[in-house]
Amino acid sequence: MSIDIRNVRKTFGDFIALENINLDIASGELLALLGPSGCGKTTLLRIIAGLETPDSGQILFHGEDATDRHVSERQVGFVFQHYALFRHMTVFDNVAFGLSVRPRRSRPSKEEIRERVMKLLKLVQLDWLADAYPAQLSGGQRQRIALARSLAVEPRVLLLDEPFGALDAKVRKDLRRWLRRLHDEMHITSVFVTHDQEEALEVSDRVVVMNHGRIEQAGRPDEIYETPATPFVTQFLGDVNLFHGRVDAGQVAIGDYAHPIADPSATDGAAKVYVRPHDIELSREPGAALASGTIEHIHAVGPIVRVELKRDDSDTYIDAALTKEQYQSLRLMLGDQVYIRPRKVAVFVDEGAHI
Amino acid sequence: MNLFNKKHSVLPGFGLGLGYTLFWLCLIVLLPLLALVLKSSELGWQGFWETVSTDRVIASLKLSFGASLVAALINALFGFLVAWVLVRYSFPGKRFVDALVDLPFALPTAVAGIALTTLYAPNGWFGQYLEPLGIKVAFTPIGIMVALTFIGLPFVVRTVQPVLQDLEAELEEAATCLGANRWQIFQRVIFPATLPALLTGFTLALARATGEFGSVIFIAGNIPMVSEITPLLIIGKLEQYDYLGATAIAVVMLMISFVMLLLINGIQWWAGRRHGIR
Repeated sequence: MSIDIRNVRKTFGDFIALENINLDIASGELLALLGPSGCGKTTLLRIIAGLETPDSGQILFHGEDATDRHVSERQVGFVFQHYALFRHMTVFDNVAFGLSVRPRRSRPSKEEIRERVMKLLKLVQLDWLADAYPAQLSGGQRQRIALARSLAVEPRVLLLDEPFGALDAKVRKDLRRWLRRLHDEMHITSVFVTHDQEEALEVSDRVVVMNHGRIEQAGRPDEIYETPATPFVTQFLGDVNLFHGRVDAGQVAIGDYAHPIADPSATDGAAKVYVRPHDIELSREPGAALASGTIEHIHAVGPIVRVELKRDDSDTYIDAALTKEQYQSLRLMLGDQVYIRPRKVAVFVDEGAHI
Repeated sequence: MNLFNKKHSVLPGFGLGLGYTLFWLCLIVLLPLLALVLKSSELGWQGFWETVSTDRVIASLKLSFGASLVAALINALFGFLVAWVLVRYSFPGKRFVDALVDLPFALPTAVAGIALTTLYAPNGWFGQYLEPLGIKVAFTPIGIMVALTFIGLPFVVRTVQPVLQDLEAELEEAATCLGANRWQIFQRVIFPATLPALLTGFTLALARATGEFGSVIFIAGNIPMVSEITPLLIIGKLEQYDYLGATAIAVVMLMISFVMLLLINGIQWWAGRRHGIR
């Protein structure tokens, strides 16, 4: 089922949680709402679920206005960060809850409920824990049970609020792949909230980056990563080095160095230049460089060698990530002076972004 | 009994701790009770049975435990409501009401008894309106229940309140998303989660009520066979220097109380097990 969000605004006292949000979520899509804490992503999710009401604006489910529809009638599955399992019920009863509270007319028979719950428990690979209590499960198992519980009522939309936020790194990775596979099998429209850019980029069909109650950019993960629309998105999606410079006649000048930019229509003026660590090449020749620096630290464990440089023209530091081969062929040593050559830059002229 | 299985506990002094606990329990609780049992055994089985099986003693025991049970049940219901209101709603004067709940703890029980008697006596504030309706409160078993309800209320409120407070809002939201209505959420999510605390509060109120003396004797009227509680009977025997008779009745009370508490503990264990706390 598709979800359309129209001009949604929400305030808590003086705090503007959401400002004029417009977003169309296609049927069967797995969408990630990504942003730092306090950016409004959870509020938006809760508004979609009906757990909060917007101050103004509309939520359309499949083209129908659902803004005033009560949570229990929206047929949404909601998964909470801290699982919110019913502690006094067994795993089985937790999953069966949604079916067993239905009015007698539409409630499936005991056997049907049993069959459906066991099917769901098999789906989340925890059918052997049916008689256990939530307190006896690990965090990852609890979240899978919470997911099974929300799927039991056959929701038309699945909403997940930082579903893996309380889990440790390894379990998190396993679970998000598993969620992706699950979604590919079930094709249920899903929205999940996260502050972890890696998670959002890896799992989702489309990422919506939010900041200060607004949508900064929405697009496919590779789109967002390759062509971030704003400085915020660039910074939020991963480590990045910042250079301050000026755009002038189709190139960007940083100190004594200049670099051509891809978009010739960029207006002239002060600009921020972002380069990701793995887009940096180090060279002993000054050609096509952005700056020069002195190597202060080399971290050579693993396939990627991280080099920390201090810029010669300012007191800022630059991180570069080199492959082992590059590192070895350059024979870099602490204290060496090298040139920093970018493979790819993102340039934002102050006020109004351009690349 | 996990503690016994653990060979190496992080917490030191298990032996000392257990020893101290047992010693203290013996000294403070078991020793006086043992003395009670030993003293009453001087009566012999025959004499013991004759003392405790008189109609007057049986009637008083029925009244004592019956009234306590009713009072504890009333407290469980209304104490839960008070705790619910105090946790769920905010209203002007909430802190004041919150403080009022503890008053029955602080008030000397005799004062409570006299106050209640004054209110419910046939010429009292409430009594004068209840009398024409044919409802007698003071000097009847109903009066005893009123007094026992009064002194037991804080136990239920104070045990249930923190549990309700800690109940995550997410549980209710999750239940709503799954299609449960408000009554179902209360009945299937909130109530079961507070049940162990409610049981504890109920037990405390019950235990307190069975042992209550001060507030009851004023409002009870102490009519033998009608409104005479067991503790009063014991005092009566003591005043007649019938020490053996007093201890015999006390032992019977003790045994009934013990069985009752054991039973409730069993229920609590069962309820706790359902929460996965083992």
